Amino acid sequence: MKGFIRIVMILAVIGLLSACADSNSPNYQYMPNMYEPVGYETYQQVDFLPSGTEAMTPPENTIHRGWLPYEYANDLEGKEMARMQQSPLDSLQMEANLAKGKELYVIYCGICHGNQGKGQGTLVKREKILGVPSYADAARNITVGSTYHTIYYGLNSMGSYAGQLDYEERWQVSEYVMQLKQDLTK
Amino acid sequence: MKKVLYRHQISKLFAFTIVVYLLLSNSLFAQQEDAEPGVEADTEVAAETADAAAGDVAKGKQLFNQNCAACHALNRKMTGPALANVETRLAEEEGLDKEWLYTWIKNSAGMISSGDAYANKIYEEYNQAAMTAFPTLSNADIDDILAYTAAPPPAPVAATTTAAASEGTGDSSGITNEIILGALVLVFALLVMMLFLVNSTLQRIAEANGVVLEKEKAVKRTPIWKAFAQNQFLVLVSCIFLLLASAYFAYGWMMQVGIDQGYAPIQPIHYSHKIHAGDNKIECKYCHSSARVSKHSGIPSLNVCMNCHKSIYEYKGNPEGPSPEDLANGYTKAYFNHSQHVSVAGIECQTCHGPVEEMEIMYQYSSLTMGWCINCHRETNVKVEDNAYYAKIHDELSKKYGVENLTAAQMGGLECGKCHY
Repeated sequence: MKGFIRIVMILAVIGLLSACADSNSPNYQYMPNMYEPVGYETYQQVDFLPSGTEAMTPPENTIHRGWLPYEYANDLEGKEMARMQQSPLDSLQMEANLAKGKELYVIYCGICHGNQGKGQGTLVKREKILGVPSYADAARNITVGSTYHTIYYGLNSMGSYAGQLDYEERWQVSEYVMQLKQDLTK
Repeated sequence: MKKVLYRHQISKLFAFTIVVYLLLSNSLFAQQEDAEPGVEADTEVAAETADAAAGDVAKGKQLFNQNCAACHALNRKMTGPALANVETRLAEEEGLDKEWLYTWIKNSAGMISSGDAYANKIYEEYNQAAMTAFPTLSNADIDDILAYTAAPPPAPVAATTTAAASEGTGDSSGITNEIILGALVLVFALLVMMLFLVNSTLQRIAEANGVVLEKEKAVKRTPIWKAFAQNQFLVLVSCIFLLLASAYFAYGWMMQVGIDQGYAPIQPIHYSHKIHAGDNKIECKYCHSSARVSKHSGIPSLNVCMNCHKSIYEYKGNPEGPSPEDLANGYTKAYFNHSQHVSVAGIECQTCHGPVEEMEIMYQYSSLTMGWCINCHRETNVKVEDNAYYAKIHDELSKKYGVENLTAAQMGGLECGKCHY
């Protein structure tokens, strides 16, 4: 009987110890001097800033490095005017630009527009987002400029991708979209 | 004493019937489950054929999904108005007939400029978002689409029944698993019981036959712990073994201090990586786009979520359940740059973050210790192809080390100052 009680006690102690392992809180640290940074972390909570966090939106009337102004407005007129705009990228670098454009296209656009640009991405096939047109759609007749305009501002149910792609990347994707259109209408 | 062959006949029969019953009840369950969806499918088919008599709903749905669903939903406003029963609604409230709809769909811009009152009203109401013209749709196509919008919504009904059916099968599979396990435990318990019964019977037979059991003799032997204490060599060996074992466990315990492998905090936003990255195959970098170009793989901002969730209103999760998310305030012990690893080296996100696409709750996959970093730097060859920056140094270092492929360590990936500064 005594042996039995002892075994139960050992099991209880093991159970108690393993109950301490809580995946919801970080592990304890020993002398954490090198663990904590001297500078502020990106998403750190701080009390001296109005937002309470280190991550902030840019101050008003400022632009970030590498940003270039876009002269067309987010309306139908602006879109029609943007239609005529040509890609400012170096045409001698076409191949590298298209390769980069393809890489970005697969990440950001292919999920809805499909990797061939037919409008049959994974989300469309799974009926999460519907009605994505093919790039070859004659009624839309997209150009490199109108594609850039759409990436910059979004259109109808498509949101803006200006936050995820920078100036050069947007043009690279636009050029790649034109190539897909060319392949589709061939 | 007489020999009796089937001593525990009744209990054996009982056990046998239980086993047979449990084995067969399993398949009975399966048949019931099979039968029910079949019946539902039949009724669905019947309903669809009934609808088809009124108009080609199936074709209309296909056309609607292809052409209209980008801006219109049946029961909620999107870019354009909700379209459920649009034909009767227009006829009753605005007095507009089908012809108006044909012209509108084929050339909405022309109608607005021609000064049609309702066309202009709807154009202003929806923030002057011009509807794409669909000159390619024939009147018959538009009839099909209108039949689809007028059809009583079969979708939610079908969805709930299929959901219920799938839930049912999910539950029943759980039940059958439990039944199988329970049956196994029961059989095992019966076997153990039988063993004891046979043993006691044999003992009784032995006693009856006058055989003296060895157990009674053994009582006089010295107890085993005393024998152990008297053998000094054995005591020494077991002491050494105990010391080594405790040292092993103490070392293991101390080495995990400060390591957060498996840390899976519950986050304020109920977000499932499994649904987004796994089921829907959305690229990691779609949301964590800054991993391509900056030190941080940032938490996506609201507009990244809304780019898709403008159109997707679906939430099938359990809002009360545990939620995953991000370990964003990550590693501060050393300098780590995401873009250098993601864009330059081309390492897959999963190499360090594990099978995120299978994680309902996000957890820290790797240990993130210095040894873990350095191991990878020693084993991984630097991706030098098409990288002009590395061309010269690669040639020189290859010559120096006399190797074909350089590892990150040979490029200086082990120098302290590279990560600790």
